[in-house]
Amino acid sequence: MDVNKNTYTIFFATIMVIIIATILSVTSLRLEPLQDINIALEKKQNILKSIGVEVNRDGAEKAYSIYIKEEFVLNHLGKRKEGVSALDVKLAKEVKRKINNQSLPVYIGDINEEKKYIIPLRGKGLWGPIWGFIALNDDLNTIFGSSFNHKKETPGLGAEINRDFFSNQFKNKLIYENKLVRFEVKKNGKGGSYEVDGISGGTITSNGVTDMIQERLEKYLPYFDRIRSSNEVESVLLQMDSILIENEIILN
Amino acid sequence: MSKEALFSKKNRRLISDPLNDNNPITVQVLGICSALAITVQLKPAIVMALSVLVVLSLANVIISLLRNLIPSRIRIIVQLIVISALVILVDEVLEAYVYDVSKELSVFVGLIITNCIIMGRLEAFGMANGPWKSFLDGLGNAFGYGWILIVVAFFRELLGSGTVYGYPIIEKLGIYNYGYENNGMMILPPMALITVGIIIWIQRIKNTKLIESK
Repeated sequence: MDVNKNTYTIFFATIMVIIIATILSVTSLRLEPLQDINIALEKKQNILKSIGVEVNRDGAEKAYSIYIKEEFVLNHLGKRKEGVSALDVKLAKEVKRKINNQSLPVYIGDINEEKKYIIPLRGKGLWGPIWGFIALNDDLNTIFGSSFNHKKETPGLGAEINRDFFSNQFKNKLIYENKLVRFEVKKNGKGGSYEVDGISGGTITSNGVTDMIQERLEKYLPYFDRIRSSNEVESVLLQMDSILIENEIILN
Repeated sequence: MSKEALFSKKNRRLISDPLNDNNPITVQVLGICSALAITVQLKPAIVMALSVLVVLSLANVIISLLRNLIPSRIRIIVQLIVISALVILVDEVLEAYVYDVSKELSVFVGLIITNCIIMGRLEAFGMANGPWKSFLDGLGNAFGYGWILIVVAFFRELLGSGTVYGYPIIEKLGIYNYGYENNGMMILPPMALITVGIIIWIQRIKNTKLIESK
């Protein structure tokens, strides 16, 4: 058989492509459910990590139900959207949409009876997507914790964003100044309230982290304003209550 | 033709040669790009060495089994497809069963496909030899590639970040107290080349037959 004839070459190429394509797609379909479980658990792990709860993947499900009290989705005006679960929102797709069509997920965690607002992030690193979660205290400005991850940043350089030394720097830093996101990851950050130190050799990834924090957290301003004003109303009502009680005491 | 023993002297040389006399990195100077990218830390270097071991030995066997059927005009494409299909299969399986390892691999998957050592071995050896010999040749070259990678990564991680396999050895030994500082340059790519260069230098001092005659 002459293996160098044109017809044979085309025949060989066709057969080979069909066989390999079949093998690859069958494996991919077969393994997809298993991979999805891993990915969903990892998401919960990362959410928990942002509020300082470290669990392994097997424990993620249980810990999630203990620490995460609420999850919901907002529209661009900061109002709740009904019928969508925050965990099902694929941020990769959402960030490409126009702002008034986006779903903005929020998770509310509970650490020592304090509310933590966990905001998912997604942006671009050097080679591919980066993402993470940032947890805010109930003043809606101070960072309680964070966790970051990446698809394919350079190991030892940009990939270090998923290490603790990087995310630990975020604790107690501030995000907003006068309704603008001022926070940034800086080269040679000197430890000001609005900055953390970037990763040497990973400048583009570090800038990616800044961009995604600024881009994402800006979208939540309407919601935070809403909570703030309702908190104010609540505290005014509380004050009025105490005045009433005092009056009654005086009257009696 | 008398049947050759599985581990005849010739076959053993297939494994031992690439470790030193015919090392893919230091002698053939192949696969430098991946050696440069992933030797910042020991762990990814080990994962990379193992992945190349699996892919190279399997691909060499497959190409060797098909060697009489592959039309020579499209042989490079066929080799590439075999390599990339194997790499994707390995990655999918890892992602489903050992998710953490698969995350460790992340960017290297692409690097394995473009690793010139693999294509070089398929073209130079798999296309011309039987499956068993090709398997041994694949193993040998992967070991040859792997040990260089691991040695380079060991020194870059130790001197650049002060850790070994993530363990902060310099800090634990208290060497920082004497004013020692990590050399940040070690984690930048050029130092991989310089480290490989030093290995080549040492290797040629020990192994004089590698020195070209003038």
